[in-house]
Amino acid sequence: MTAVDVTGVWKFFGDFPALRDVNLTAEQGSCTALLGRNGAGKTTLLKILCGLSSPSRGKAVLLGKEGRSGETRRGIGIIGHGIAVYDELSARENLELFARLYGLDRPRARALEWLERTSLYHVREGLVREFSRGMRQRLAVARAFLHDPKLLLLDEPFTSLDDRAIALLQGLLREAIAGGATVIMSTHQLREALELATHVSLLVRGKVSYAGERTAEMLADPGWLYANYGEAA
Amino acid sequence: MREKILYLFGITAGFWLARNLYVILLGLPDEADQGAIYRILFFHLPGWFTSFLMFIGAGVASAFYLAKRDLKYDAFAVAATEVGLAYTCIGMATGMIWARIIWGIWWTWDPRLTWALITMLIYAGYLMLRKAIDEPSERAKNTAVMSIFSFAAVIITYKAIDWWRTQHPGPVLSFRSGGGRMDPRMESMIYVNWMPLLMLAIVFLLIRLRQEQTQREIESLRRYAHAR
Amino acid sequence: MNFLRQSLSVAAKDLRSEFRTKESINAAVSFAVVILLLFSFAMDPTSEMIAEMSGGLLWLVYSFAGALILNRSFARELPNDCLDALVASPLSGAALFLGKSLANYLLLFLLELLCLPVFAVFYNVTISRRLGWMMAVFALATWGLTVIGTVFSALTVNLRLRELMLPMLVYPMLIPALMAAMQLTTILIAGQPITGDDEIWLRLLIGFDIIFTSLALALIETVLIT
Repeated sequence: MTAVDVTGVWKFFGDFPALRDVNLTAEQGSCTALLGRNGAGKTTLLKILCGLSSPSRGKAVLLGKEGRSGETRRGIGIIGHGIAVYDELSARENLELFARLYGLDRPRARALEWLERTSLYHVREGLVREFSRGMRQRLAVARAFLHDPKLLLLDEPFTSLDDRAIALLQGLLREAIAGGATVIMSTHQLREALELATHVSLLVRGKVSYAGERTAEMLADPGWLYANYGEAA
Repeated sequence: MREKILYLFGITAGFWLARNLYVILLGLPDEADQGAIYRILFFHLPGWFTSFLMFIGAGVASAFYLAKRDLKYDAFAVAATEVGLAYTCIGMATGMIWARIIWGIWWTWDPRLTWALITMLIYAGYLMLRKAIDEPSERAKNTAVMSIFSFAAVIITYKAIDWWRTQHPGPVLSFRSGGGRMDPRMESMIYVNWMPLLMLAIVFLLIRLRQEQTQREIESLRRYAHAR
Repeated sequence: MNFLRQSLSVAAKDLRSEFRTKESINAAVSFAVVILLLFSFAMDPTSEMIAEMSGGLLWLVYSFAGALILNRSFARELPNDCLDALVASPLSGAALFLGKSLANYLLLFLLELLCLPVFAVFYNVTISRRLGWMMAVFALATWGLTVIGTVFSALTVNLRLRELMLPMLVYPMLIPALMAAMQLTTILIAGQPITGDDEIWLRLLIGFDIIFTSLALALIETVLIT
């Protein structure tokens, strides 16, 4: 089953094409690393996939449905640059809120379960603004995985994570992929990403310069892709 | 080619306006009650008609932009709003001059002047919003939404002000004295003078459209240059 | 059903946030009291003229102070990129809008109820005579303020000069609703019922609410998606 099918997507900001005729497919259970320099269009593409932005041309079919359908979004988990949890609410209140928004059956139970899994149970009633950085990051991860998403869209998830959070995230991602979820993550941290990735897509100035399976060559030498398909090529 | 047509249009409008001015100032007789100043009517009313037409155009263009997402509709919306605003100023200024001569006061809180002021503020807000957003697509989208709200507000306010002033009567800018019958020569002159004013408005609109298009080209070239 | 549940969750979240910090409501009530104080210098608070201006003064205070509350509405979603998480969730634009509007409405109503007795005391005005009708007018007019304020809060959320721009954009649009509210409130404070000619103001309020709520629901998704 194709989890993600992006065809002919263009995105214009004014007359400037941030994305040019982008095609991307991801089968269920795959993990695609979206690579590219800053400004290449990774975040723009991810925003379209998340439903935060709409393409100027072309379409993005996610989990079998096009556009911003509520059903699709229920199956998507996202991690962006910000932690996307509220400072003035407690950890539990935050997760309960998102559990309700995602239509989960027992919001409180789910929230507590995930607080447990991310080692935040002991501070569940604490306000997020009092949390340490690592704790905030773990809460963000809990928020993303709370509703058992079938599709995970991550924008540079490993940036600014501490070791504990990285290990947690990698573990959860492996588990999700093994369970049939699909992952697309943009990243600069080639090493961490390439370990998990089954596929790779390289964006250069809004165009897909390379898309295919992750090879052993790439794993051995993360710079290989950029050397062969990047700007200079 | 396009420029030549524009010039021709503008010059025709200019000549027509000049001819009208001659007729207005020298050809038509003075009005019974108001004396010479009633002549300002020939600019006041057409000014209104034109600005309202422009605002309708802007609202429609905004709706089209949201449907089609083609920036040419956005260019039309801002051009029409600016020209409409300019003509609203003409309407207000002529109204104020008339009020000064007839009533001795510059401002009267009569329905139409008040409505004009509110309309000006609403569309000035639109232009302010445009200045505040840098990215062209976001600017076009958000100001289109504002434009639609503005148009609804302008219409609702028109009715509301009418009701308000019926409860708080005051001096009203009414150009029909006596029974409301106007000399047919005067009546037709209003429409005759509307034509050149409308033509001028269209000329300004097209010039502004062209300017907006050029501005967009420059912005995207700049962006290309920086991306290298 | 889900729609309602989501809207209420958003409203509850906003209210919970607000009551924990009390930022907006404190600022708004303080500002309202300051304006009432300043007005007492602008005109003679003991004169009979106050009766004629009571509705006007009250709604001026409400709209100025209310802007502080409305401004926070979408601005509170900016830290930590929470707005992105909300828009990406199954929450529809309409549900988000209604949830936030509900929270704003309740906060504005609270502001109004807190200020009313202050106004009555400062200006020696009896407000108890048509209290029921007054609450009905407040309910309708406050919704008008809320709807416009919430939509424009979303529209201006990313702007640098949001605090300046929001009032500038919103006040001219609110004029019909404020006009009607002022008229009706003045009549009710004087102890008169709303009859005949004045019913037009009620209809204006209802029409205003319906038209702008529909426009807002139709366009909110467009505003939120880039």
